[in-house]
Amino acid sequence: MNAFLQLIFYFGVLLLLTKPLGAYMAKVYQDERVFLDPLAGRVERWLYRLSGIDSRSEMTWKTYAVAMLVFNILGLIAVYLLQRMQGTLPLNPQGLGAVSPDSAWNTAVSFASNTNWQGYGGETTMSYLTQMLGMTVQNFVSAATGMAVLVALIRGITRHTTKEIGNFWVDMTRSVLYILLPLSLILALALVSQGVVQTFSEFKLVTALQSGETQLIAVGPAASQVAIKQLGTNGGGFFNVNSAHPFENPTPFSNFLEMLSILILPAALCYTYGKMVGDTRQGWALLAVMTIVIVALLGVAIWSEQSGNPMFIAMGIDQVQTDTNPGGNMEGKEVRFGIVNSALWATVTTAASNGSVNSMHDSFMPLGGLVPMWLMQLGEIIYGGVGSGLYGMLAFVIIAVFVSGLMVGRTPEYLGKKIEAYEMKMASIVILIPVMVVLIGTAVSLMSEAGRETIFNPSAHGFSEVLYAFSSAGNNNGSAFAGLGANTPFYNIALGIAMFIARYWLAIPVLAIAGSLANKKKVPASAGTLPTHTPLFIAWVIGVITIVGALSFLPALALGPIVEHLMVLGK
Amino acid sequence: MTTKKTARREMYQRAVLDSFIKLNPRWMVRNPVMFVVEVGSVLTTLLWIQALLGQGEAPAGFIGAIALWLWFTVLFANFSEAVAEGRGKAQAESLRKARQDTPAKKVSSKVSTFERENVETEIVSSTSLRKDDLYLVKAGDILPADGEIVVGIASVDESAVTGESAPVVREAGGDRSAVTGGTRLLSDWLIIRVSADPGQGFLDRMISMVEGAKRQKTPNEIALNILLAGFTIIFLVVCATLLPYSIYSVEASGSGTPITITVLIALLVCLIPTTIGGLLSAIGIAGMDRMIQRNVIAMSGRAVEAAGDVDVLLLDKTGTITLGNRQAVEFIPVNGINAHELAEAAQLASLADETPEGRSIVVLAKEKFGLRGHTVDGMHFIPFTAQTRMSGVNFNGTQIRKGAPDTMMGLIQSNGNGVASDLKPTVDSIARAGGTPLVVTRDNKALGVIHLKDIVKGGMKERFAQLRKMGIKTVMITGDNPLTAAAIAAEAGVDDFLAQATPEAKLKLIREYQTGGRLVAMTGDGTNDAPALAQADVAVAMNTGTQPAREAANMVDLDSNPTKLIEIVEIGKQLLMTRGALTTFSLANDVSKYFAIIPAAFASTYPQLNALNIMRLATPESAIMSAVIFNALIIIALIPLALRGVPYRAVGAAQLLRDNLLIYGLGGLLVPFIGIKVIDMLLVALILGGSNATSVELSR
Repeated sequence: MNAFLQLIFYFGVLLLLTKPLGAYMAKVYQDERVFLDPLAGRVERWLYRLSGIDSRSEMTWKTYAVAMLVFNILGLIAVYLLQRMQGTLPLNPQGLGAVSPDSAWNTAVSFASNTNWQGYGGETTMSYLTQMLGMTVQNFVSAATGMAVLVALIRGITRHTTKEIGNFWVDMTRSVLYILLPLSLILALALVSQGVVQTFSEFKLVTALQSGETQLIAVGPAASQVAIKQLGTNGGGFFNVNSAHPFENPTPFSNFLEMLSILILPAALCYTYGKMVGDTRQGWALLAVMTIVIVALLGVAIWSEQSGNPMFIAMGIDQVQTDTNPGGNMEGKEVRFGIVNSALWATVTTAASNGSVNSMHDSFMPLGGLVPMWLMQLGEIIYGGVGSGLYGMLAFVIIAVFVSGLMVGRTPEYLGKKIEAYEMKMASIVILIPVMVVLIGTAVSLMSEAGRETIFNPSAHGFSEVLYAFSSAGNNNGSAFAGLGANTPFYNIALGIAMFIARYWLAIPVLAIAGSLANKKKVPASAGTLPTHTPLFIAWVIGVITIVGALSFLPALALGPIVEHLMVLGK
Repeated sequence: MTTKKTARREMYQRAVLDSFIKLNPRWMVRNPVMFVVEVGSVLTTLLWIQALLGQGEAPAGFIGAIALWLWFTVLFANFSEAVAEGRGKAQAESLRKARQDTPAKKVSSKVSTFERENVETEIVSSTSLRKDDLYLVKAGDILPADGEIVVGIASVDESAVTGESAPVVREAGGDRSAVTGGTRLLSDWLIIRVSADPGQGFLDRMISMVEGAKRQKTPNEIALNILLAGFTIIFLVVCATLLPYSIYSVEASGSGTPITITVLIALLVCLIPTTIGGLLSAIGIAGMDRMIQRNVIAMSGRAVEAAGDVDVLLLDKTGTITLGNRQAVEFIPVNGINAHELAEAAQLASLADETPEGRSIVVLAKEKFGLRGHTVDGMHFIPFTAQTRMSGVNFNGTQIRKGAPDTMMGLIQSNGNGVASDLKPTVDSIARAGGTPLVVTRDNKALGVIHLKDIVKGGMKERFAQLRKMGIKTVMITGDNPLTAAAIAAEAGVDDFLAQATPEAKLKLIREYQTGGRLVAMTGDGTNDAPALAQADVAVAMNTGTQPAREAANMVDLDSNPTKLIEIVEIGKQLLMTRGALTTFSLANDVSKYFAIIPAAFASTYPQLNALNIMRLATPESAIMSAVIFNALIIIALIPLALRGVPYRAVGAAQLLRDNLLIYGLGGLLVPFIGIKVIDMLLVALILGGSNATSVELSR
């Protein structure tokens, strides 16, 4: 009962905020008046003047893609150099040295690509300067990149017979100034109020209460980074244990705020989409697809964790739920969050490409661990990353429209645009690439000595750990199952490559679709046109997503979590 | 009857042979999905040979059986294509007979229209005729080439092309001047200018279209092929990576053996969309074929596909929406004359009028007033001429005339008579109602008005309502004035009309719709239709039409039936629906195959996975065999559907989607579970018998 109330409250608040925030973002991207104009507008114009950008000139999809790539690669290089040189740079009270080249590469790609896979432990590796100038800045701009690509795609759908899909610099700047910065500011302050630390001082040496021994407590400018890591579906924690750390996520309320901010932008962007294409039902339909899938999988996760672990029974561990005992499988979970909020976090963080954690996914029951893994393998489109989730979803919608459009006896069209060979090619690439990266990456790791060396549980579970790592990197999620020694040159380089491919080789074909759609004529709708907002279409899209996801990963999942689950049951 | 049967048998025999010929990899590579299956078949065959030599990864019998059924899968797909082509080939054969090399009387000197049939000619072979050459044909000759009649009028037997045995009249000038090579002149003589070089004539194009020799993939087919190729790549990766996963799992669990290549290939073939991949080209050919069965020759597959997308139908009023001719429906007397008197006069004036309108006046008078018009000696009929613009009869000094209101009022006034005060309002009210008024006078005084009306063909209103449900807008094209047009449009139930249509106005209308993103279909036959036909997305020329019209169109209707446009749209939609339905079916099938193969493939490593064996298939081998056999047989089972097409009903898109998803989506999910289980039971009964019960027991 309590679980239900918490879930209803969570999704209720989320859906309540979707419309106002979504409408606001639509205004921002359509260059309409918003209340932040006097402040942000001034900064915006000043920035354009400073960098010599003509905000009214627009780009073709190719120019847009080049701008996006150049900007991201420059960011990647900057973060790499920052890590390598942090020993000689200021704001480093602990005197941390240079990060190893392979780890620095991995982290640089990870933050540029909005993955935020962390092969390192934050407080023991990165200086305050690296955290702020590297990680935090990338948290903003990588999220803004995703939003920009999405907005370009939406323009491709709404415009007709033009080659222009907007200006990357403008879309990115506006995403940061009007959306990400103000929201982060509010969230950071709220988190500080709950006890999330925000300081430049060095780590604190304190005397522990029980033993009287001293302990070094890590602190730092955490709140400002945590806010954007949640909002921008980044997920890279300030501390190693991410939002399980009491200074990163101290209270149930901070936990609620952080979970809410994971999904808020991806959800609101659906409304923005509907608003911008001139039919909000289209946006609600996609949000419905996402919500139905997440709620179903959330049910599996909570049920699986609450049912507990049969092996614990033999160990005499009490798994019965009472008023004072959360019951179920509490291994690897924080007592202050319990089963529901741990399973909920695990589900939303992998549904969106966030990847922050408040519990140990490796300790979940096999099916409880399957849920986050499969959510990532679906392509990070169930909410997904800010911007990237919706554009990935739209690639699936294009595939779904293609097949169902044929079934109503017309060559397929979506929102008045014909879906033809070129769109199919690009949409297929968007769906194909993550699948290939995950499956091939896992296979290479299992076949190579370097890959197998650091699998600490060589079993079906060890297989799951490798599969999870590549599912996370290959879909730009960034969450870790752990249990796998991933901070090795092999995994740093391999996962870095996976993250790079998964981000940019998807964004480019999406922009290509935008360019191609923008160039087409608009077909007016008629009774013969397939409606794309009905419950039937929603069900069909869910069907396509789950079938593609299941067909691509069922064999792999069978050898990992599924057989593990059967083993636990059959014990 | 028996000849038909033997022809059928021959066609199937030919198709079987063709399915083997099509195994040529250079042909197979056009179809990526089936090419992968062929490569898989070759690989498993090699593994089988290896097993026969005693080093197999699995028992030779098992590998051999898999290899055999994979070959069947490829052959079944080829067979579907061959059968689809076979139907066209038979038609092409009969067409080719008509196109034999015939002697031609080539006109050697320049001809003017005054020259006659005894013009100077030389006999040459039809193959030596070039464009713009002139030739002469006389009664009984076969026309050696397509052309345009320069001089003469004659009746032609076109049954070789159209299948219609009634002769048609062809004459120089006007809209009936085109003739087709291979047809036969029945009477008189013609001088014809050749309009196409040998090999490019209408018949040649028809043969190549029918045979599918020049068949190119249509845009939508290419797009679908890309999607299928995408899925094929995904499953290739899934299966290829499964080997390392399996090797690792064997090492980690310390039991069993890694998955065999044979099983991996079997899994791959079961997963890639072979059902739609194998039937895709048959569906396309069958779509063209269905057009041919309705006597429509599509000049490209693209046009058939576009037909499904049509949003706007431009329909000529006359002949399509209304019967070709107007009919008299009412006699309205004026000036105090009674209706009977008017009817009698009108009937007398029309007795010699052989036009359908004239006949309908006689009939109406008979029906309404029981008047039996009969000629009286001394009657002198005045025929309609362009100068007088009226017709009628003189007898016993009485002059009865009928004609258009303007002409008749002129006649009345020029004879110094006043126009009856109620004549003009009557005429106007008929015109407003969409009718055509004819004024009847006796001795230059008005008797009344005949109301001639366009008769809308039966069932058209329902047809248009259906089209509306399909999301297709109908536009009536007519030369009538807007008032008349509006009235008929309302009666017929079309969505819109274009009145006083000129060829330019038609072209402009099409362009307007196309700029708005709509696809336009139209029919036409005259030379002045050619620009509009060329502009329209789906343009159907009547076979009776002129050469320019037939060239500009992308379909030719051999029956010259303008109503057929509606059927053409339905065939186009059916073609697309069949593709979509079978794609859905094919992908939905995969779910059950996983449940059959995954537990079987890893049975030795993780026996726990047998929990996924929800079909309770007997042994790992029988499970894999059953999935492969089902996968092959379903292609054969669906060939009739691919050839016939998914039935189309004129309902909205939402309902169509729901119905098709239910049948092909849900059906595709469930059917293979049953099919695989049945095949497994048969396999157990046939091969394992009861003797191998222990292995059954073990796998549980």
